[in-house]
Amino acid sequence: MDQTRTNNPATDSLEKQIEAWRAHLRKSQAITAQDAAELEDHLREQVASLRADGLSDDEAFLVAVKRLGAIDALTREFAREHSDRLWKQLVLSGDRGFEAAQSPDAAWTRKMWVALGLAVAAAVAIKIPSLFGITFDAEPAGAFYPRNISFFALPFIAAYFAWERPLPLRGRLSLAAVFAAAAVLVNAYPFAFSPKGEPGHTFILTMLHLPIALWIGVGFAYVGGRWRGSDRRMDFIRFTGELFIYYVLIALGGGVLMAMSVGIFEAIGIKMEPYIQNWIVPCGAVGASVIATWLVEAKQSVIENMAPVLTRIFAPLFALLLIAFIVTMATTGRAIDVKREVLILFDLLLVVVFGLLLYSASARDSIAPPGLMDWIQLTLVGTALVVDVLALWAIGSRIFEFGFTPNRVAALGENIVLLVNLGGSAVLYAGFIRGRVAFSRLCDWQKFYLYVLAAWAAVVAVIFPVVFGFA
Amino acid sequence: MSINKDLVAASSTALVLAILAERDSYGYAILKRVRELSGGELAWTDGMLYPVLHRLERSGLIESRWTKAESGRQRKYYRITDAGREQLADERRQWQTVDKTLGRIWS
Repeated sequence: MDQTRTNNPATDSLEKQIEAWRAHLRKSQAITAQDAAELEDHLREQVASLRADGLSDDEAFLVAVKRLGAIDALTREFAREHSDRLWKQLVLSGDRGFEAAQSPDAAWTRKMWVALGLAVAAAVAIKIPSLFGITFDAEPAGAFYPRNISFFALPFIAAYFAWERPLPLRGRLSLAAVFAAAAVLVNAYPFAFSPKGEPGHTFILTMLHLPIALWIGVGFAYVGGRWRGSDRRMDFIRFTGELFIYYVLIALGGGVLMAMSVGIFEAIGIKMEPYIQNWIVPCGAVGASVIATWLVEAKQSVIENMAPVLTRIFAPLFALLLIAFIVTMATTGRAIDVKREVLILFDLLLVVVFGLLLYSASARDSIAPPGLMDWIQLTLVGTALVVDVLALWAIGSRIFEFGFTPNRVAALGENIVLLVNLGGSAVLYAGFIRGRVAFSRLCDWQKFYLYVLAAWAAVVAVIFPVVFGFA
Repeated sequence: MSINKDLVAASSTALVLAILAERDSYGYAILKRVRELSGGELAWTDGMLYPVLHRLERSGLIESRWTKAESGRQRKYYRITDAGREQLADERRQWQTVDKTLGRIWS
Protein backbone atom coordinates (compact mmCIF):
# COMPACT_ATOMS: atom_id res chain seq x y z
CA MET A 1 0.00 0.00 0.00
CA ASP A 2 2.63 2.45 1.07
CA GLN A 3 4.55 2.14 -2.15
CA THR A 4 1.82 4.15 -3.93
CA ARG A 5 2.91 7.12 -1.83
CA THR A 6 6.60 7.14 -2.68
CA ASN A 7 8.22 9.92 -4.60
CA ASN A 8 9.50 8.32 -7.78
CA PRO A 9 8.24 9.80 -11.09
CA ALA A 10 6.24 6.74 -12.11
CA THR A 11 4.04 6.88 -9.02
CA ASP A 12 3.72 10.63 -9.41
CA SER A 13 2.01 10.02 -12.70
CA LEU A 14 -0.20 7.44 -10.99
CA GLU A 15 -1.13 10.04 -8.38
CA LYS A 16 -2.03 12.44 -11.17
CA GLN A 17 -4.20 9.86 -12.86
CA ILE A 18 -6.02 9.12 -9.61
CA GLU A 19 -6.42 12.84 -9.03
CA ALA A 20 -8.03 13.31 -12.45
CA TRP A 21 -10.26 10.28 -11.93
CA ARG A 22 -11.45 11.64 -8.56
CA ALA A 23 -12.10 15.09 -10.00
CA HIS A 24 -14.22 13.53 -12.72
CA LEU A 25 -16.12 11.48 -10.16
CA ARG A 26 -16.82 14.51 -8.00
CA LYS A 27 -18.61 16.30 -10.85
CA SER A 28 -21.74 14.32 -10.08
CA GLN A 29 -23.90 15.72 -7.34
CA ALA A 30 -24.93 12.20 -6.39
CA ILE A 31 -21.40 11.33 -5.24
CA THR A 32 -20.28 13.10 -2.09
CA ALA A 33 -16.71 13.66 -1.03
CA GLN A 34 -17.07 10.73 1.38
CA ASP A 35 -18.22 8.39 -1.37
CA ALA A 36 -15.35 9.52 -3.56
CA ALA A 37 -12.93 8.83 -0.71
CA GLU A 38 -14.40 5.36 -0.24
CA LEU A 39 -14.14 4.58 -3.95
CA GLU A 40 -10.62 5.97 -4.09
CA ASP A 41 -9.57 3.72 -1.23
CA HIS A 42 -10.95 0.82 -3.23
CA LEU A 43 -9.14 1.93 -6.38
CA ARG A 44 -5.82 2.28 -4.59
CA GLU A 45 -6.09 -1.12 -2.97
CA GLN A 46 -6.92 -2.69 -6.31
CA VAL A 47 -3.98 -0.93 -7.98
CA ALA A 48 -1.64 -2.08 -5.22
CA SER A 49 -2.81 -5.67 -5.55
CA LEU A 50 -2.41 -5.62 -9.35
CA ARG A 51 1.07 -4.13 -9.05
CA ALA A 52 1.99 -6.88 -6.64
CA ASP A 53 0.97 -9.30 -9.43
CA GLY A 54 3.54 -7.61 -11.65
CA LEU A 55 1.54 -5.04 -13.63
CA SER A 56 2.98 -1.61 -14.32
CA ASP A 57 1.42 1.48 -12.77
CA ASP A 58 -0.47 2.43 -15.92
CA GLU A 59 -1.76 -1.09 -16.52
CA ALA A 60 -2.78 -1.48 -12.91
CA PHE A 61 -4.62 1.84 -12.95
CA LEU A 62 -6.44 1.02 -16.18
CA VAL A 63 -7.56 -2.41 -14.99
CA ALA A 64 -8.61 -1.07 -11.56
CA VAL A 65 -10.68 1.73 -13.10
CA LYS A 66 -12.27 -0.71 -15.52
CA ARG A 67 -13.22 -3.04 -12.68
CA LEU A 68 -14.79 -0.21 -10.71
CA GLY A 69 -17.02 0.44 -13.68
CA ALA A 70 -17.57 3.32 -16.05
CA ILE A 71 -18.02 6.55 -14.13
CA ASP A 72 -21.31 7.29 -15.90
CA ALA A 73 -22.80 3.96 -14.87
CA LEU A 74 -21.41 4.42 -11.39
CA THR A 75 -22.88 7.87 -10.90
CA ARG A 76 -26.21 6.66 -12.27
CA GLU A 77 -26.23 3.88 -9.69
CA PHE A 78 -25.38 6.36 -6.93
CA ALA A 79 -28.03 8.78 -8.15
CA ARG A 80 -30.65 6.04 -8.04
CA GLU A 81 -29.68 5.12 -4.49
CA HIS A 82 -29.29 8.74 -3.28
CA SER A 83 -31.89 10.66 -5.25
CA ASP A 84 -32.19 13.06 -2.33
CA ARG A 85 -28.70 14.34 -3.05
CA LEU A 86 -29.78 15.70 -6.40
CA TRP A 87 -31.90 18.17 -4.44
CA LYS A 88 -29.21 20.33 -3.00
CA GLN A 89 -29.72 20.66 0.68
CA LEU A 90 -29.77 24.09 2.15
CA VAL A 91 -28.02 25.69 5.09
CA LEU A 92 -27.44 22.92 7.57
CA SER A 93 -25.94 20.28 5.31
CA GLY A 94 -24.21 22.15 2.53
CA ASP A 95 -21.65 19.71 1.15
CA ARG A 96 -18.54 21.16 2.69
CA GLY A 97 -16.14 18.50 1.53
CA PHE A 98 -14.77 15.40 3.15
CA GLU A 99 -12.43 17.07 5.62
CA ALA A 100 -15.13 19.47 6.76
CA ALA A 101 -17.65 16.66 7.11
CA GLN A 102 -15.33 14.99 9.60
CA SER A 103 -14.58 18.04 11.68
CA PRO A 104 -17.38 20.61 11.51
CA ASP A 105 -16.30 23.70 9.65
CA ALA A 106 -15.55 26.16 12.43
CA ALA A 107 -15.66 29.29 10.29
CA TRP A 108 -19.02 28.31 8.88
CA THR A 109 -20.53 27.69 12.29
CA ARG A 110 -19.10 30.95 13.58
CA LYS A 111 -20.81 32.89 10.77
CA MET A 112 -24.10 31.30 11.66
CA TRP A 113 -23.77 32.29 15.31
CA VAL A 114 -22.70 35.82 14.50
CA ALA A 115 -25.73 36.20 12.21
CA LEU A 116 -28.02 34.81 14.89
CA GLY A 117 -26.45 37.10 17.47
CA LEU A 118 -26.92 40.17 15.28
CA ALA A 119 -30.52 39.17 14.55
CA VAL A 120 -31.22 38.94 18.28
CA ALA A 121 -29.41 42.24 18.84
CA ALA A 122 -31.60 43.91 16.21
CA ALA A 123 -34.72 42.44 17.79
CA VAL A 124 -33.65 43.69 21.22
CA ALA A 125 -32.67 47.10 19.88
CA ILE A 126 -36.07 47.72 18.37
CA LYS A 127 -37.71 47.13 21.75
CA ILE A 128 -35.36 49.36 23.75
CA PRO A 129 -37.29 52.59 22.99
CA SER A 130 -40.40 51.05 24.54
CA LEU A 131 -38.58 51.10 27.88
CA PHE A 132 -38.95 54.85 27.58
CA GLY A 133 -42.64 54.66 26.83
CA ILE A 134 -42.43 54.91 23.05
CA THR A 135 -44.86 52.47 21.41
CA PHE A 136 -45.48 51.41 17.86
CA ASP A 137 -49.09 52.48 17.65
CA ALA A 138 -50.25 55.93 18.80
CA GLU A 139 -47.13 57.97 18.37
CA PRO A 140 -47.11 61.05 20.49
CA ALA A 141 -43.44 61.89 20.12
CA GLY A 142 -43.20 62.78 16.45
CA ALA A 143 -43.47 59.29 15.00
CA PHE A 144 -40.27 57.88 16.46
CA TYR A 145 -40.39 54.48 14.83
CA PRO A 146 -41.10 55.50 11.23
CA ARG A 147 -38.28 58.03 11.52
CA ASN A 148 -35.79 55.46 12.73
CA ILE A 149 -36.86 52.19 11.18
CA SER A 150 -33.78 52.19 8.88
CA PHE A 151 -31.52 52.23 11.91
CA PHE A 152 -32.94 49.06 13.42
CA ALA A 153 -32.15 46.85 10.44
CA LEU A 154 -29.50 48.28 8.12
CA PRO A 155 -26.68 48.79 10.67
CA PHE A 156 -27.00 45.16 11.73
CA ILE A 157 -26.75 43.91 8.16
CA ALA A 158 -23.80 46.26 7.61
CA ALA A 159 -22.24 45.02 10.87
CA TYR A 160 -22.45 41.43 9.66
CA PHE A 161 -20.50 42.28 6.50
CA ALA A 162 -18.11 44.56 8.36
CA TRP A 163 -17.22 41.55 10.50
CA GLU A 164 -17.32 38.89 7.81
CA ARG A 165 -15.45 40.58 4.92
CA PRO A 166 -13.84 42.22 7.01
CA LEU A 167 -14.16 45.95 6.54
CA PRO A 168 -10.99 47.85 7.58
CA LEU A 169 -11.22 50.01 10.67
CA ARG A 170 -11.32 53.28 8.72
CA GLY A 171 -14.21 51.97 6.65
CA ARG A 172 -16.05 50.89 9.80
CA LEU A 173 -15.63 54.29 11.36
CA SER A 174 -16.79 56.21 8.31
CA LEU A 175 -19.75 53.87 7.90
CA ALA A 176 -20.72 54.37 11.54
CA ALA A 177 -20.33 58.12 11.06
CA VAL A 178 -22.68 58.11 8.05
CA PHE A 179 -25.35 56.14 9.90
CA ALA A 180 -24.99 58.33 12.97
CA ALA A 181 -25.17 61.55 10.94
CA ALA A 182 -28.32 60.34 9.16
CA ALA A 183 -29.89 59.35 12.49
CA VAL A 184 -29.14 62.74 14.06
CA LEU A 185 -30.44 64.57 11.01
CA VAL A 186 -33.82 62.87 10.66
CA ASN A 187 -34.46 63.09 14.38
CA ALA A 188 -33.50 66.76 14.53
CA TYR A 189 -35.61 67.76 11.53
CA PRO A 190 -38.71 69.65 12.72
CA PHE A 191 -41.17 67.82 10.46
CA ALA A 192 -44.65 69.34 10.39
CA PHE A 193 -47.56 67.24 11.61
CA SER A 194 -51.21 68.03 11.12
CA PRO A 195 -53.18 68.80 14.30
CA LYS A 196 -54.49 65.23 14.17
CA GLY A 197 -50.93 63.97 14.24
CA GLU A 198 -50.77 62.99 10.58
CA PRO A 199 -47.34 63.44 9.03
CA GLY A 200 -46.66 65.85 6.19
CA HIS A 201 -45.41 65.01 2.69
CA THR A 202 -41.74 65.63 3.33
CA PHE A 203 -41.82 63.33 6.35
CA ILE A 204 -43.21 60.46 4.28
CA LEU A 205 -40.75 61.15 1.46
CA THR A 206 -37.83 61.05 3.89
CA MET A 207 -39.07 57.78 5.41
CA LEU A 208 -39.28 56.19 1.95
CA HIS A 209 -35.98 57.45 0.61
CA LEU A 210 -33.66 57.25 3.59
CA PRO A 211 -33.40 53.42 3.55
CA ILE A 212 -32.57 53.53 -0.17
CA ALA A 213 -29.84 56.10 0.39
CA LEU A 214 -28.43 54.17 3.36
CA TRP A 215 -28.51 50.91 1.43
CA ILE A 216 -25.40 52.08 -0.36
CA GLY A 217 -23.78 52.08 3.10
CA VAL A 218 -24.65 48.40 3.42
CA GLY A 219 -23.13 47.97 -0.04
CA PHE A 220 -19.95 49.64 1.20
CA ALA A 221 -19.69 47.01 3.95
CA TYR A 222 -20.67 44.25 1.49
CA VAL A 223 -17.71 45.01 -0.77
CA GLY A 224 -15.43 45.34 2.24
CA GLY A 225 -14.84 49.01 1.49
CA ARG A 226 -13.40 48.34 -1.97
CA TRP A 227 -15.87 49.42 -4.63
CA ARG A 228 -13.36 49.09 -7.40
CA GLY A 229 -12.93 45.34 -7.18
CA SER A 230 -13.61 43.33 -10.32
CA ASP A 231 -17.30 42.72 -10.08
CA ARG A 232 -18.18 43.60 -6.54
CA ARG A 233 -20.87 46.12 -7.29
CA MET A 234 -22.62 43.64 -9.57
CA ASP A 235 -22.39 41.10 -6.74
CA PHE A 236 -24.02 43.61 -4.46
CA ILE A 237 -26.85 44.09 -6.98
CA ARG A 238 -27.29 40.31 -7.12
CA PHE A 239 -27.22 40.15 -3.34
CA THR A 240 -29.92 42.82 -3.08
CA GLY A 241 -32.28 40.91 -5.36
CA GLU A 242 -31.76 37.60 -3.59
CA LEU A 243 -32.14 39.26 -0.19
CA PHE A 244 -35.46 40.73 -1.27
CA ILE A 245 -36.73 37.32 -2.39
CA TYR A 246 -35.55 35.60 0.80
CA TYR A 247 -37.07 38.31 2.94
CA VAL A 248 -40.42 37.99 1.20
CA LEU A 249 -40.34 34.21 1.69
CA ILE A 250 -39.52 34.53 5.38
CA ALA A 251 -42.23 37.17 5.76
CA LEU A 252 -44.77 34.82 4.16
CA GLY A 253 -43.81 32.07 6.57
CA GLY A 254 -43.98 34.54 9.44
CA GLY A 255 -47.46 35.59 8.34
CA VAL A 256 -48.67 32.00 8.47
CA LEU A 257 -47.04 31.53 11.89
CA MET A 258 -48.78 34.62 13.27
CA ALA A 259 -52.17 33.79 11.76
CA MET A 260 -51.89 30.35 13.37
CA SER A 261 -50.95 31.77 16.76
CA VAL A 262 -53.84 34.25 16.68
CA GLY A 263 -56.20 31.43 15.69
CA ILE A 264 -55.23 28.81 18.24
CA PHE A 265 -55.00 31.25 21.15
CA GLU A 266 -58.36 32.67 20.14
CA ALA A 267 -59.73 29.15 20.58
CA ILE A 268 -58.88 29.30 24.29
CA GLY A 269 -60.15 32.86 24.59
CA ILE A 270 -56.83 34.70 24.66
CA LYS A 271 -56.24 37.67 22.38
CA MET A 272 -52.79 37.51 20.84
CA GLU A 273 -53.00 40.60 18.63
CA PRO A 274 -51.37 43.06 21.06
CA TYR A 275 -48.35 40.79 21.60
CA ILE A 276 -48.01 40.14 17.92
CA GLN A 277 -48.21 43.83 17.08
CA ASN A 278 -45.80 44.94 19.76
CA TRP A 279 -43.36 42.06 19.87
CA ILE A 280 -43.43 39.47 17.15
CA VAL A 281 -43.91 41.72 14.11
CA PRO A 282 -41.25 44.35 14.91
CA CYS A 283 -38.68 41.95 16.36
CA GLY A 284 -39.30 39.40 13.64
CA ALA A 285 -39.09 41.98 10.88
CA VAL A 286 -35.67 43.33 11.86
CA GLY A 287 -34.30 39.95 12.94
CA ALA A 288 -35.37 38.37 9.67
CA SER A 289 -33.44 40.95 7.68
CA VAL A 290 -30.17 39.76 9.23
CA ILE A 291 -31.11 36.09 8.92
CA ALA A 292 -32.05 36.60 5.26
CA THR A 293 -28.68 38.28 4.70
CA TRP A 294 -26.86 35.32 6.12
CA LEU A 295 -28.99 32.86 4.15
CA VAL A 296 -28.21 34.60 0.87
CA GLU A 297 -24.51 34.36 1.68
CA ALA A 298 -24.66 30.79 2.94
CA LYS A 299 -26.50 29.38 -0.02
CA GLN A 300 -24.75 31.45 -2.67
CA SER A 301 -23.26 28.46 -4.41
CA VAL A 302 -25.87 25.94 -3.42
CA ILE A 303 -28.90 26.90 -5.45
CA GLU A 304 -29.34 28.79 -8.64
CA ASN A 305 -30.21 32.40 -7.93
CA MET A 306 -33.90 33.13 -8.04
CA ALA A 307 -33.94 36.76 -9.17
CA PRO A 308 -32.65 36.02 -12.70
CA VAL A 309 -35.08 33.13 -13.07
CA LEU A 310 -38.01 35.37 -12.18
CA THR A 311 -36.80 38.06 -14.59
CA ARG A 312 -36.66 35.52 -17.40
CA ILE A 313 -40.29 34.66 -16.79
CA PHE A 314 -41.57 38.18 -16.39
CA ALA A 315 -39.51 40.20 -18.88
CA PRO A 316 -41.39 38.79 -21.92
CA LEU A 317 -44.74 39.14 -20.13
CA PHE A 318 -44.14 42.78 -19.26
CA ALA A 319 -42.93 43.46 -22.80
CA LEU A 320 -46.19 41.95 -24.11
CA LEU A 321 -48.24 44.04 -21.68
CA LEU A 322 -46.54 47.26 -22.80
CA ILE A 323 -46.94 46.41 -26.49
CA ALA A 324 -50.63 45.67 -25.93
CA PHE A 325 -50.98 48.98 -24.09
CA ILE A 326 -49.34 50.98 -26.88
CA VAL A 327 -51.36 49.24 -29.59
CA THR A 328 -54.60 49.83 -27.66
CA MET A 329 -53.80 53.50 -27.17
CA ALA A 330 -52.96 53.91 -30.84
CA THR A 331 -56.02 52.10 -32.20
CA THR A 332 -58.65 53.45 -29.78
CA GLY A 333 -57.16 56.94 -29.60
CA ARG A 334 -57.67 57.03 -25.84
CA ALA A 335 -55.43 59.35 -23.84
CA ILE A 336 -54.00 58.79 -20.35
CA ASP A 337 -56.44 60.11 -17.78
CA VAL A 338 -54.30 62.27 -15.53
CA LYS A 339 -55.23 61.58 -11.94
CA ARG A 340 -53.22 62.04 -8.82
CA GLU A 341 -51.63 58.60 -8.78
CA VAL A 342 -50.77 58.39 -12.46
CA LEU A 343 -47.26 59.73 -12.09
CA ILE A 344 -46.50 57.33 -9.26
CA LEU A 345 -47.96 54.43 -11.24
CA PHE A 346 -45.64 55.12 -14.14
CA ASP A 347 -42.74 55.53 -11.73
CA LEU A 348 -43.47 52.05 -10.44
CA LEU A 349 -43.63 50.74 -13.99
CA LEU A 350 -40.16 52.12 -14.64
CA VAL A 351 -38.90 50.62 -11.38
CA VAL A 352 -40.21 47.20 -12.43
CA VAL A 353 -38.64 47.44 -15.90
CA PHE A 354 -35.41 48.70 -14.34
CA GLY A 355 -35.38 45.70 -11.99
CA LEU A 356 -36.08 43.24 -14.80
CA LEU A 357 -33.27 44.74 -16.85
CA LEU A 358 -30.86 44.87 -13.93
CA TYR A 359 -31.31 41.28 -12.86
CA SER A 360 -31.24 39.79 -16.29
CA ALA A 361 -28.03 41.72 -16.93
CA SER A 362 -26.56 40.56 -13.62
CA ALA A 363 -27.11 36.89 -14.52
CA ARG A 364 -26.09 37.06 -18.15
CA ASP A 365 -22.82 35.62 -19.33
CA SER A 366 -21.27 38.80 -20.66
CA ILE A 367 -19.27 36.97 -23.33
CA ALA A 368 -22.22 35.14 -24.91
CA PRO A 369 -23.40 36.53 -28.26
CA PRO A 370 -26.75 38.38 -28.46
CA GLY A 371 -29.75 36.05 -28.35
CA LEU A 372 -33.53 36.05 -28.22
CA MET A 373 -33.58 37.13 -24.56
CA ASP A 374 -31.61 40.26 -25.47
CA TRP A 375 -34.17 41.19 -28.11
CA ILE A 376 -36.91 40.75 -25.53
CA GLN A 377 -35.03 42.99 -23.11
CA LEU A 378 -34.56 45.65 -25.76
CA THR A 379 -38.26 45.48 -26.65
CA LEU A 380 -39.16 45.76 -22.99
CA VAL A 381 -36.98 48.81 -22.43
CA GLY A 382 -38.06 50.44 -25.69
CA THR A 383 -41.78 50.02 -25.04
CA ALA A 384 -41.38 51.17 -21.43
CA LEU A 385 -39.70 54.32 -22.70
CA VAL A 386 -42.48 54.98 -25.22
CA VAL A 387 -45.20 54.44 -22.61
CA ASP A 388 -43.44 56.63 -20.09
CA VAL A 389 -42.93 59.45 -22.58
CA LEU A 390 -46.66 59.29 -23.39
CA ALA A 391 -47.46 59.51 -19.70
CA LEU A 392 -45.03 62.36 -19.08
CA TRP A 393 -46.50 64.20 -22.07
CA ALA A 394 -49.97 63.90 -20.58
CA ILE A 395 -48.84 64.92 -17.12
CA GLY A 396 -46.32 67.58 -18.16
CA SER A 397 -48.85 70.08 -19.42
CA ARG A 398 -50.78 69.93 -16.21
CA ILE A 399 -48.01 69.67 -13.66
CA PHE A 400 -47.45 73.42 -13.73
CA GLU A 401 -51.10 74.03 -12.98
CA PHE A 402 -50.93 71.71 -9.97
CA GLY A 403 -47.93 73.56 -8.58
CA PHE A 404 -44.72 72.03 -7.26
CA THR A 405 -45.55 70.04 -4.15
CA PRO A 406 -42.72 67.94 -2.71
CA ASN A 407 -44.52 64.74 -3.71
CA ARG A 408 -44.85 65.81 -7.30
CA VAL A 409 -41.25 66.98 -7.61
CA ALA A 410 -40.01 63.73 -6.07
CA ALA A 411 -42.16 61.61 -8.38
CA LEU A 412 -41.16 63.62 -11.43
CA GLY A 413 -37.48 63.51 -10.45
CA GLU A 414 -37.64 59.75 -9.96
CA ASN A 415 -39.25 59.37 -13.33
CA ILE A 416 -36.50 61.35 -15.00
CA VAL A 417 -33.71 59.50 -13.17
CA LEU A 418 -35.11 56.15 -14.28
CA LEU A 419 -35.90 57.41 -17.76
CA VAL A 420 -32.28 58.42 -18.26
CA ASN A 421 -31.15 55.02 -17.02
CA LEU A 422 -33.48 53.14 -19.36
CA GLY A 423 -32.64 55.45 -22.24
CA GLY A 424 -28.94 54.78 -21.75
CA SER A 425 -29.62 51.05 -21.42
CA ALA A 426 -31.67 51.04 -24.62
CA VAL A 427 -28.86 52.71 -26.57
CA LEU A 428 -26.24 50.34 -25.16
CA TYR A 429 -28.48 47.30 -25.70
CA ALA A 430 -29.13 48.24 -29.31
CA GLY A 431 -25.38 48.71 -29.80
CA PHE A 432 -24.72 45.31 -28.21
CA ILE A 433 -27.24 43.52 -30.42
CA ARG A 434 -25.69 45.09 -33.50
CA GLY A 435 -22.32 43.91 -32.23
CA ARG A 436 -20.83 47.34 -31.70
CA VAL A 437 -20.76 47.46 -27.90
CA ALA A 438 -19.48 44.90 -25.40
CA PHE A 439 -22.09 43.66 -22.95
CA SER A 440 -19.87 44.66 -20.05
CA ARG A 441 -20.49 48.32 -20.98
CA LEU A 442 -24.16 47.80 -20.15
CA CYS A 443 -23.18 46.29 -16.79
CA ASP A 444 -20.85 49.22 -16.13
CA TRP A 445 -23.71 51.62 -16.85
CA GLN A 446 -25.95 49.86 -14.33
CA LYS A 447 -23.19 49.69 -11.74
CA PHE A 448 -22.57 53.41 -12.14
CA TYR A 449 -26.26 54.03 -11.70
CA LEU A 450 -26.16 52.61 -8.18
CA TYR A 451 -24.53 55.86 -7.14
CA VAL A 452 -27.04 57.99 -9.03
CA LEU A 453 -29.99 56.22 -7.39
CA ALA A 454 -28.47 56.49 -3.92
CA ALA A 455 -27.59 60.15 -4.48
CA TRP A 456 -31.10 60.96 -5.65
CA ALA A 457 -32.61 59.13 -2.67
CA ALA A 458 -30.30 61.07 -0.34
CA VAL A 459 -31.36 64.35 -1.93
CA VAL A 460 -35.05 63.55 -1.46
CA ALA A 461 -34.53 62.31 2.10
CA VAL A 462 -32.24 65.06 3.35
CA ILE A 463 -32.55 68.16 1.12
CA PHE A 464 -36.27 68.11 0.26
CA PRO A 465 -37.50 68.67 3.83
CA VAL A 466 -35.30 71.77 4.08
CA VAL A 467 -36.32 73.12 0.67
CA PHE A 468 -40.02 72.58 1.28
CA GLY A 469 -39.99 73.83 4.85
CA PHE A 470 -40.68 70.39 6.42
CA ALA A 471 -44.26 70.59 5.14
CA MET B 1 -20.47 -19.37 -16.95
CA SER B 2 -21.66 -15.90 -16.13
CA ILE B 3 -24.55 -15.30 -13.80
CA ASN B 4 -27.55 -13.31 -14.89
CA LYS B 5 -27.53 -9.67 -13.76
CA ASP B 6 -30.90 -9.83 -11.99
CA LEU B 7 -29.78 -12.84 -10.03
CA VAL B 8 -26.59 -11.07 -8.99
CA ALA B 9 -28.61 -8.09 -7.83
CA ALA B 10 -31.13 -10.26 -5.99
CA SER B 11 -28.45 -12.18 -4.13
CA SER B 12 -26.39 -9.12 -3.21
CA THR B 13 -28.21 -8.35 0.05
CA ALA B 14 -27.86 -11.89 1.37
CA LEU B 15 -24.25 -12.15 0.25
CA VAL B 16 -23.08 -8.85 1.74
CA LEU B 17 -24.90 -9.48 5.03
CA ALA B 18 -23.47 -12.98 5.25
CA ILE B 19 -19.91 -11.75 4.67
CA LEU B 20 -20.31 -8.97 7.23
CA ALA B 21 -21.74 -11.51 9.68
CA GLU B 22 -18.35 -13.27 9.56
CA ARG B 23 -16.47 -10.09 10.51
CA ASP B 24 -16.51 -6.32 9.99
CA SER B 25 -15.11 -5.39 6.63
CA TYR B 26 -14.70 -2.76 3.94
CA GLY B 27 -15.61 -2.54 0.25
CA TYR B 28 -12.52 -3.98 -1.39
CA ALA B 29 -12.26 -6.86 1.08
CA ILE B 30 -15.95 -7.71 0.70
CA LEU B 31 -15.53 -7.98 -3.06
CA LYS B 32 -12.44 -10.13 -2.65
CA ARG B 33 -14.40 -12.46 -0.38
CA VAL B 34 -17.24 -12.68 -2.92
CA ARG B 35 -14.74 -13.67 -5.58
CA GLU B 36 -13.13 -16.28 -3.33
CA LEU B 37 -16.44 -17.78 -2.27
CA SER B 38 -17.83 -18.01 -5.80
CA GLY B 39 -14.55 -19.12 -7.33
CA GLY B 40 -14.67 -16.03 -9.50
CA GLU B 41 -18.00 -17.00 -11.05
CA LEU B 42 -20.06 -14.31 -9.36
CA ALA B 43 -18.59 -11.19 -10.92
CA TRP B 44 -19.76 -7.78 -9.79
CA THR B 45 -18.61 -4.58 -11.33
CA ASP B 46 -16.65 -3.36 -8.31
CA GLY B 47 -18.27 0.07 -8.12
CA MET B 48 -21.77 -1.36 -7.92
CA LEU B 49 -21.09 -2.77 -4.48
CA TYR B 50 -21.09 0.69 -2.90
CA PRO B 51 -24.64 1.74 -3.70
CA VAL B 52 -25.69 -1.64 -2.27
CA LEU B 53 -23.73 -0.97 0.92
CA HIS B 54 -25.26 2.49 1.21
CA ARG B 55 -28.75 1.14 0.71
CA LEU B 56 -28.24 -1.47 3.44
CA GLU B 57 -26.81 1.19 5.73
CA ARG B 58 -29.77 3.43 5.16
CA SER B 59 -32.22 0.65 5.99
CA GLY B 60 -30.30 0.12 9.22
CA LEU B 61 -29.10 -3.40 8.38
CA ILE B 62 -25.45 -2.38 8.57
CA GLU B 63 -23.57 0.57 10.00
CA SER B 64 -20.33 2.24 9.01
CA ARG B 65 -17.43 4.07 10.57
CA TRP B 66 -14.26 5.66 9.22
CA THR B 67 -11.00 4.36 10.64
CA LYS B 68 -7.39 4.82 9.72
CA ALA B 69 -6.09 1.87 7.70
CA GLU B 70 -2.49 0.67 8.01
CA SER B 71 -1.73 2.62 4.81
CA GLY B 72 -2.53 5.86 6.66
CA ARG B 73 -5.61 6.52 4.53
CA GLN B 74 -9.11 6.76 5.89
CA ARG B 75 -11.11 3.62 5.26
CA LYS B 76 -14.82 3.03 5.69
CA TYR B 77 -15.62 -0.14 7.63
CA TYR B 78 -19.05 -1.72 7.75
CA ARG B 79 -20.58 -3.76 10.57
CA ILE B 80 -23.79 -5.78 10.59
CA THR B 81 -26.49 -4.65 13.04
CA ASP B 82 -29.01 -6.78 14.94
CA ALA B 83 -31.66 -5.85 12.40
CA GLY B 84 -29.19 -6.99 9.75
CA ARG B 85 -28.78 -10.36 11.41
CA GLU B 86 -32.55 -10.84 11.51
CA GLN B 87 -32.76 -9.89 7.85
CA LEU B 88 -29.94 -12.32 7.06
CA ALA B 89 -31.77 -15.17 8.79
CA ASP B 90 -34.89 -14.35 6.76
CA GLU B 91 -32.93 -14.15 3.50
CA ARG B 92 -31.32 -17.46 4.30
CA ARG B 93 -34.71 -19.19 4.70
CA GLN B 94 -35.89 -17.75 1.40
CA TRP B 95 -32.80 -18.78 -0.55
CA GLN B 96 -32.86 -22.26 0.98
CA THR B 97 -36.48 -22.66 -0.07
CA VAL B 98 -35.64 -21.65 -3.64
CA ASP B 99 -32.60 -23.90 -3.64
CA LYS B 100 -34.56 -26.87 -2.22
CA THR B 101 -37.39 -26.44 -4.74
CA LEU B 102 -35.08 -26.30 -7.73
CA GLY B 103 -33.03 -29.15 -6.29
CA ARG B 104 -36.09 -31.45 -6.13
CA ILE B 105 -36.85 -30.96 -9.83
CA TRP B 106 -33.30 -31.33 -11.01
CA SER B 107 -32.17 -34.22 -8.81
